[in-house]
Amino acid sequence: MKFSSFYLWLRQKPRIAFFMCLPLILMVVCLIIYPFIYSIFLSMLNKAETKFVGIGNYLFLFKRETFWLVVQQSIFFALVAVFFKALIGLIAAHSINAIPSKGQRKWRGMLLIPWVIPPALSTLGWWWLFEPTYSAINWFLVKISLPAIPWLSETFWARFSIILVNIWVGAPFFLIMYLAALKSIPADLYEAASIDGANYKQKLYYITLPMMKNIISITILFSIIVTFANFDIVRVLTRGGPIDTTHLFATYAFRVGIESGDIPLGAAVSLFMFPILGTLAFIILRSVRKRALEV
Amino acid sequence: MKNNILNIKNSIHANRRWALIAAYSCLIIFVIFFLFPPYYMLITALKTNKEIAEMATNPWLIKQGITFEHFIYLFTKTPFLTFFKNTIIVTVSVVIITMVISVLAAYSLSRLKFWGSGVLATGIFLTYLVPETLLFIPLFKIVGWLGLLNSYWVLVLVYPTLSVPFCTWLMIGYFSSIPKEIDEAALIDGANHMQMLLKVFIPVAMPGLIAATIFAFTVSWAGFLYPLAFIYSESEMVLTVGTVTTLIKGDVFNWGSLMSGALLAAAPPVIIYAFLMDYYIAGLTSGATKG
Amino acid sequence: MAEVLIKNLHKVFDRTEVVSGIDLSIKDKEFVILVGPSGCGKSTVLRMIAGLEDITKGEIFIENNKVNDIPPKDRDIAMVFQSYALYPHMTVFENMSFGLRLRKFSKNDIKVRVDEAAKVLGISELLDRRPKQLSGGQRQRVAMGRAIVRNPKVFLFDEPLSNLDAKMRGQMRIEIKRVHQHLNTTTIYVTHDQVEAMTLADRVVVMKNGKIEQIGTPDEIYNNPATGFVAGFIGAPAMNFISCKLEKGSKGLYANITKDIVLSIPKEKNIKLSKYVNKAIVLGIRPEHISENKQKNSLKIVAKLNIVEPLGMETMVYFPINNTQICGKVSPDNTIQNGKVITLYFDSLKFHFIDPETDLVLN
Repeated sequence: MKFSSFYLWLRQKPRIAFFMCLPLILMVVCLIIYPFIYSIFLSMLNKAETKFVGIGNYLFLFKRETFWLVVQQSIFFALVAVFFKALIGLIAAHSINAIPSKGQRKWRGMLLIPWVIPPALSTLGWWWLFEPTYSAINWFLVKISLPAIPWLSETFWARFSIILVNIWVGAPFFLIMYLAALKSIPADLYEAASIDGANYKQKLYYITLPMMKNIISITILFSIIVTFANFDIVRVLTRGGPIDTTHLFATYAFRVGIESGDIPLGAAVSLFMFPILGTLAFIILRSVRKRALEV
Repeated sequence: MKNNILNIKNSIHANRRWALIAAYSCLIIFVIFFLFPPYYMLITALKTNKEIAEMATNPWLIKQGITFEHFIYLFTKTPFLTFFKNTIIVTVSVVIITMVISVLAAYSLSRLKFWGSGVLATGIFLTYLVPETLLFIPLFKIVGWLGLLNSYWVLVLVYPTLSVPFCTWLMIGYFSSIPKEIDEAALIDGANHMQMLLKVFIPVAMPGLIAATIFAFTVSWAGFLYPLAFIYSESEMVLTVGTVTTLIKGDVFNWGSLMSGALLAAAPPVIIYAFLMDYYIAGLTSGATKG
Repeated sequence: MAEVLIKNLHKVFDRTEVVSGIDLSIKDKEFVILVGPSGCGKSTVLRMIAGLEDITKGEIFIENNKVNDIPPKDRDIAMVFQSYALYPHMTVFENMSFGLRLRKFSKNDIKVRVDEAAKVLGISELLDRRPKQLSGGQRQRVAMGRAIVRNPKVFLFDEPLSNLDAKMRGQMRIEIKRVHQHLNTTTIYVTHDQVEAMTLADRVVVMKNGKIEQIGTPDEIYNNPATGFVAGFIGAPAMNFISCKLEKGSKGLYANITKDIVLSIPKEKNIKLSKYVNKAIVLGIRPEHISENKQKNSLKIVAKLNIVEPLGMETMVYFPINNTQICGKVSPDNTIQNGKVITLYFDSLKFHFIDPETDLVLN
């Protein structure tokens, strides 16, 4: 075999490494970085995409009430949903950890199911459950003498519904993460705490939660990003209604960009998400890194 | 010191019993909450249209006999099977592409250093800050230039952006936990990097690989926004979009078929999960304990 | 008066009985060590005393109170764990004061107690550090400090030195002894290391397979072991065990090891052994009692050495009898080499005879 200089140059470790990474790099550059930059450019065009209008689209959005409604709704939706998902996840993880190990797998398996079903499809099920005429939930409410609820037709309840479904879909993720974190805390710390005099609440407050601070922060960050950018649930359940009161950035961008055909405006809407997500990520990651140096 | 013999309420056994009661109560409530929607979907899918329409009866039970008419309708009168076929083609392709890209990249990032590799490894995760809900608009235009609009192959192109970052990160974690001595032993034995990857790393990191594969599968199967934005013809649709948009004809909501469609469409990920649950969970949580 | 009384203690894990009937009475201020090989149940007994394991059968009394069902925090005990179990997110001060904070001690009281304990253990400069920044020995001291500030009735130690290197272990052993002398509190200590048992304990409890083999002072255990197991477990290097046949000769009893080696047995031992004449028996003798020194009751043996271990302080020599490696000690000045022949003397007053079937020492 002739060892041409090119071949030898190629065989060096860094070269091989680079080539192995190349598909990844290509994918990220072509399908993530380039479209992202292109969308910034797009957002600065007019509807027909013939003229450059600078920040014209953004100014247009700032003047529209619907847009601000979307901003508020998205933030509220993300914060409320993530809070409850984390809370349910924490309680459920503790409950599973408290029962004998042999039975834990069963319960964990059952509780993870909402997260495994594709959200668009499970939301179909919820849609049926909320259906104004046939709602099985309302049937139950009426049976126990409570009034039927207009799940999707009234603003308050429509918002309630999308948050509820989002919690339903997302809580298992928190459950799994927190359960793993709980199990990674050495058992002898709790034994030492027992002997030191801690009861259940004290163990939770002084040992469990401090040691879980990192994982709690990371999961909440990750979930806020994902929840904020949610599309499937709102689209299937309410399509943004009633009267735009359940629109999130994603569904609104879809409505404006694809359904109404104003791509640049749609790009502007969805780009608005980015700085918010970026700031959040920065804040939480910084506090996580700080804590990692301590413990 | 107080005499504790009479403090029965505080005994170890009482405390433990109370803890178990509290735990099981919570778990039962959560299980009911988490499982009643799929349960209800199943019930509806097996109910006759007549019983569904009857509003007086208990919708949570089947009183008038189980029927499979909805499933039959699904297979014969709707493009459901086409959706299924399309989804399988897309998903399998995406899984293969994802695994190839991720494994190669993970191996190189965890073992071989080159200029910028550290940045890339941490930066990989930052791609999730640019979610699909941001990218779908520019991609809509780009995909149009490529002539891929309205074909399910467009999904094979874009879905990896959803799965590759996480799978790469996952594999980096697994590969990093393989002791460097194994590399050295293999190098002494005469292996080059490809051989090391194929014959040493992949077998040893198999649990991670399985977890990554399951994740890639689930993410592809559940994709909704991209197909909704890029595909219009029923013949090219995948299950998620197809079930949601085309099973409703006009004003008539054929709930029975809708539910049976949703259930069948949701079945593959759930079945895979049922069999490989431990790999799934191990993959998700390897970050929690290692990272 | 912090006495601990254990009555007929049993523990069953998954249908296996790991502790089978332990009876033990520990006096106030006594330092008792449970020693034995891995799996003998010693840690389980300690954890049952602490309240970290359920008691299957039997009773435990601390200061005349039955504590079977009382949670650990109400038993007024403190424990030092093998892995130290320090709270990683708390400083040394916070670790040590945790128990006191839970019991709502005043800030002043806490400071006084922690400072005092830190002084006793020599860790006063470490109070603001976190466990991650400490060495193994330092962490061990913090774990002890946490136990000391509680001023408990009973100290429990669960193999506290096992995770330290040999040198540190030696130093910490002395620390523990010093602290015990200073505090004078009932202490129950678990270890598999017989050196710790011999040097620290007032009384030693040797355990095997969930049962007690012998309870006694270190002196009693060493000189008068009750079973062959205890004889072989205590003392390093371990006691030599030689199978032989007991014979009656003209001048008394003899241990017939081989046709060339027949050792006469001192008259003091004759009475207990009379039943075993012409039966197989095991002769035990410690390496320190096989030496070059000829004494009143020494029996001579000529041996060809196959291993010589010069340790500086003494030299261990090994030679075979009947396919068994026998170990003896000679002075470090003796430069004898491998393969050479040496004359050694067995101190027959230090013979122990063991019934091979019951493992009991016949003395």
